[in-house]
Amino acid sequence: MNEAKIRTEEMLLNMGPQHPSTHGVFRVVLRTDGELVLESESHIGYLHRCFEKCAEGNNYLQVVPYTDRMDYLCAMMNNWGYAAAVEKLAGIEVPERAEYIRVIVSELNRVASHLLAFGTYGLDIGAITPFLYAFRDRERILKIFEKLCGQRLNYSYIRVGGVTFDMTDEILADIEAFCDYFDPKIIDEYDNLLSYNGIFISRTANVGVIPAELAVSYGVTGPSLRGSGVQRDLRRDAPYGIYDRLEFDVPVGSGEMGQLGDCWDRYMVRMREMRQSIRLVRQAVKDIPEGPFCDKKAYRAVKPKAGEVYKRVEGARGEVGFYVVSDGTNIPYRVKARAPSFCNISILDKLTSLSNVMLADLVAIIGSLDIVLGEVDR
Amino acid sequence: MARLEIGQIIAVIKEKLPEAVVEEVLDGVDPFVVVKAEQWGETARLCRDDSRLGFDLLSCISGVDYPEREEGPEIEVIYHLDSTVNYHGLTIKVKLPRGDPRVASVEEIWRTADWHERETYDLVGVIFEGHHNLVRILCADDWVGHPLRKDYESPDSFHGIKNVIY
Repeated sequence: MNEAKIRTEEMLLNMGPQHPSTHGVFRVVLRTDGELVLESESHIGYLHRCFEKCAEGNNYLQVVPYTDRMDYLCAMMNNWGYAAAVEKLAGIEVPERAEYIRVIVSELNRVASHLLAFGTYGLDIGAITPFLYAFRDRERILKIFEKLCGQRLNYSYIRVGGVTFDMTDEILADIEAFCDYFDPKIIDEYDNLLSYNGIFISRTANVGVIPAELAVSYGVTGPSLRGSGVQRDLRRDAPYGIYDRLEFDVPVGSGEMGQLGDCWDRYMVRMREMRQSIRLVRQAVKDIPEGPFCDKKAYRAVKPKAGEVYKRVEGARGEVGFYVVSDGTNIPYRVKARAPSFCNISILDKLTSLSNVMLADLVAIIGSLDIVLGEVDR
Repeated sequence: MARLEIGQIIAVIKEKLPEAVVEEVLDGVDPFVVVKAEQWGETARLCRDDSRLGFDLLSCISGVDYPEREEGPEIEVIYHLDSTVNYHGLTIKVKLPRGDPRVASVEEIWRTADWHERETYDLVGVIFEGHHNLVRILCADDWVGHPLRKDYESPDSFHGIKNVIY
């Protein structure tokens, strides 16, 4: 048969706003030619509730719960980003014990968040079992957090001046037990189950390659940037809290299974980061000093002098930044949040224009960027 | 290259563009410089391309409304730049008249500016000249007004959905 006689037609396809692989309400308009995606256009804003406007109507301490709801999978780091910004603005000293507690809970939260990313990424690609394994272990972390602050997702635990409740010895023992339980799991179970699975590798290696320079230009940060081989981690490059006292490595992608910066690299950076997080938790648990867990004055009210500050911390998805402007009252004049997922997902349209990707690969790419729409839309 | 102090960074900018920097505030919590709005495009290019500066990462763009300034109502656009090679950062501000806030778009210089500028346009109402697709990004396409202006009043309803205030 003569190929020229077959009539093909391009089709406009709406992926989302309700689609299981977009991890929330996110819409991509695709121009497709059969299975090939020729062009895509992302539409966000379905979850927009203008956090920044809400922040202008509440006092400094009341803003913290709003930050939980930005990236609800690693709320601790959002709390910390905001608290650190206000502390710097108001010149509040955080007690030593609180700094250690912050590292412990943040790194545990990073593990929980990466576990969810790992599980749902498997689901996106068609492997259901890893999801069940990941949720089994994530549950243990959430139980620890529940014991600590009564919340499973929106903790509001890290607050301006320190933390909300003190860490008890019982919980510290729980955390140590969790580390002992979890450390071998990553290699024994997860890597065997998914990371080095032949089908998984052929679905993710050489797919969605992001060159390092492009990633930086698009403001991609966190594991997605390190997957492209860029050595950048705020915990090491611009240490905050007590990270400069702790030992850890920054894993980066190396193109082990295909090209540098492909989906597998981004995925693997997260797996390796979990091991580093457990290492950090162990060190912090070992060295935690006695003392107060929050600045007494800041526990009740905060009133910084007029001024402005921009502070970033390394969240599970990238750099969480807060720009806070004070006019000298107890209500912030302006709070602007830099959400890592917002910048990370903006590269998607570029990736589909760089090379023609298959529809099924698009799902792999979105999953490898690990976005949370609560944070994209704020 | 090496990490530079804020004074050295400003010196590099002044060396190439002597009239761009109009104000330096170095004694606050975070030091920042104010750049003339007309020269922002050139300054941005210099910041990225000069190897001593090497600001390859645009971390954030924020717009802040100041309707009650002594010098007249203003809107500030704040750019937080960062370098992944030199490990230093810089905060640059551009001050715009509130009645007609216009500034050059930098989406060609840092691709991430595309969405950040759309967000600032959407919520604060700054016009970024030269942006290829300056439309609302977070609010609905037919939303009226810019919510983060200080004189913004919330609508009573939107397409029949009532605005309930508790």
